Amino acid sequence: MTAGAPPVTPPVTPIVTLRGVSRTYPSGTLALDRLSLSVEPGEFLTLLGPSGCGKTTLLRLIAGLAEPSDGRIEWSPDGGARRLGFVFQEPTLMPWARVEDNIRLPLMLAAVSPAESAARVGEAIAHVGLEGFERAYPRELSGGMKMRVSIARALVTRPQILLMDEPFAALDEITRFKLENDLSSLAHRPRLTVLFVTHSVFESVYLGSRVVVLSPRPGRVAAEFRVDSPAPRGEAFRTSSAYLEACRQVSALLASAMDLPLTLAPSPSGGEGTRPTSDAT
Amino acid sequence: MRRRNHLLAPALVGLVALAAWEAVVRMEGIPPYILPGPILIARTVVADWGTLFPSLLVTLAITGAAFLVAAVLGLALAVVFTQSTFIERAFFPYAVILQVTPIVAIAPLIILWVKWIPLALLICAWLVAFFPVLSNTVLGLTSTDKNLVDLFRLYGATRWQAFRYLRLPSALPYFLGGLKISGGLALIGAVVAEFVAGTGGAQSGLAFRILEAGYTLQIPRMFAALFLISAAGVLIFALLTGLSRVALRRWHESELEPGD
Ligand SMILES: Nc1ncnc2c1ncn2[C@@H]1O[C@H](COP(=O)(O)OP(=O)(O)O)[C@@H](O)[C@H]1O
Ligand SMILES: [Mg+2]
Repeated sequence: MTAGAPPVTPPVTPIVTLRGVSRTYPSGTLALDRLSLSVEPGEFLTLLGPSGCGKTTLLRLIAGLAEPSDGRIEWSPDGGARRLGFVFQEPTLMPWARVEDNIRLPLMLAAVSPAESAARVGEAIAHVGLEGFERAYPRELSGGMKMRVSIARALVTRPQILLMDEPFAALDEITRFKLENDLSSLAHRPRLTVLFVTHSVFESVYLGSRVVVLSPRPGRVAAEFRVDSPAPRGEAFRTSSAYLEACRQVSALLASAMDLPLTLAPSPSGGEGTRPTSDAT
Repeated sequence: MRRRNHLLAPALVGLVALAAWEAVVRMEGIPPYILPGPILIARTVVADWGTLFPSLLVTLAITGAAFLVAAVLGLALAVVFTQSTFIERAFFPYAVILQVTPIVAIAPLIILWVKWIPLALLICAWLVAFFPVLSNTVLGLTSTDKNLVDLFRLYGATRWQAFRYLRLPSALPYFLGGLKISGGLALIGAVVAEFVAGTGGAQSGLAFRILEAGYTLQIPRMFAALFLISAAGVLIFALLTGLSRVALRRWHESELEPGD
């Protein structure tokens, strides 16, 4: 399912391209080191890396919540202002607001008309399967439901790209599987571009059309892996041999990424040293 | 059922304590001008109601006015302080100085400067009461969930929107907590200032009744006035607790029903 001859695809303009992006915190911590990456329209890109390797930092840079210390982030020049949705590691809901008002927030801030926002909120609620909970308060919901609200809020602006920071890490496995299935299908229908951060090999393979493996801090792209199984994926995929084999390979890539030397000196063989890359396109 | 138990336990403790008090007073034969028993105090409250009640109203009026000003100004100052770290750094120490200076020490000065006694008393009570509202609200306005702040930024919220829809609601539980402390303090401030002022006549509050009873050795009346002050304090606290419950019931951890 991978490492075969790459299919001949017409060149696509990436939605966003990171060129040699570094980020040093004022404390002196180098969180990201000359990281380059591009996100293509319609792909479900999962970023896999150990805790503390700079995944959250990377998403915050892309979202414009922080500035890179070095390097550039380039957005595709397709007219209008870039729209992005962000799902944090925690649900990050306003406890004083009902589910529907939490989801409406981005539209309210943008002064979208009430009729238009009502329609969009309804659509987002249907997307994540929260019908009937519109008037509930966050504290009345389970962890999984809160995360659904958070996802609905990110979808309500119909984003060009959805950034998700380990959104399911705190959930129990059964809830997580359900949310992963639902996310896989809702990202498929109106083709969404998703950049999904995780520290779980299984999750990265299950959801991703492409898995990018990051090295331990400072984060760099250590390897890349394409998962060719068609989306949306369901429970059958989870037990398929193709899935298990892909997980095995990604685990191996992650294991060798963990052994990468801290500074990547150009090796005599040229190129980028010991960088294991399977099926680079 | 649960709620009834909440009231039952303290009521029981109170009854036992009162009974013990009454028993000690009777068995030891303590004269009323040293320590009156609770039954005599209750009788005095009823007998002297005509004198005590108008004084209670005077004290409550000063307390209420000082509390309202403390709530409004405390909130307004907190908002101003949190607009810039410079303002907060520059002014907050003075708010602290006002707070830590004992009111009994400044009250004579204020009474000296402000000729109209009720206003002087109000200022004293306000000085005691406003700080908890200010410091609590400042804390509330600055301890907003960082991720929510980022979320608002991400969706292009204006400064006003972030204030109105994020920081203000986040600060509400803190503000209400400040009010709960402040209500009792306003009463204490009003009583202390009245003691210092020692005014008599038609405008005298409960503190003056206590002074007066002390001079004339009407100790049961002194206790009766004291009882009314405590009762007023409890009532203020209960009202503010109720307000907080109504405002936060739906969403805040502090007001969740047990087992909710
Ligand atoms: N605000 C900050 N100030 C200083 N160091 C930080 C800050 N945020 C993150 N870091 C450090 O940067 C590194 C990467 O953090 P983060 O991006 O949160 O990693 P991840 O999300 O992959 O777990 C960590 O070592 C962390 O301690
Ligand atoms: Mg993180």
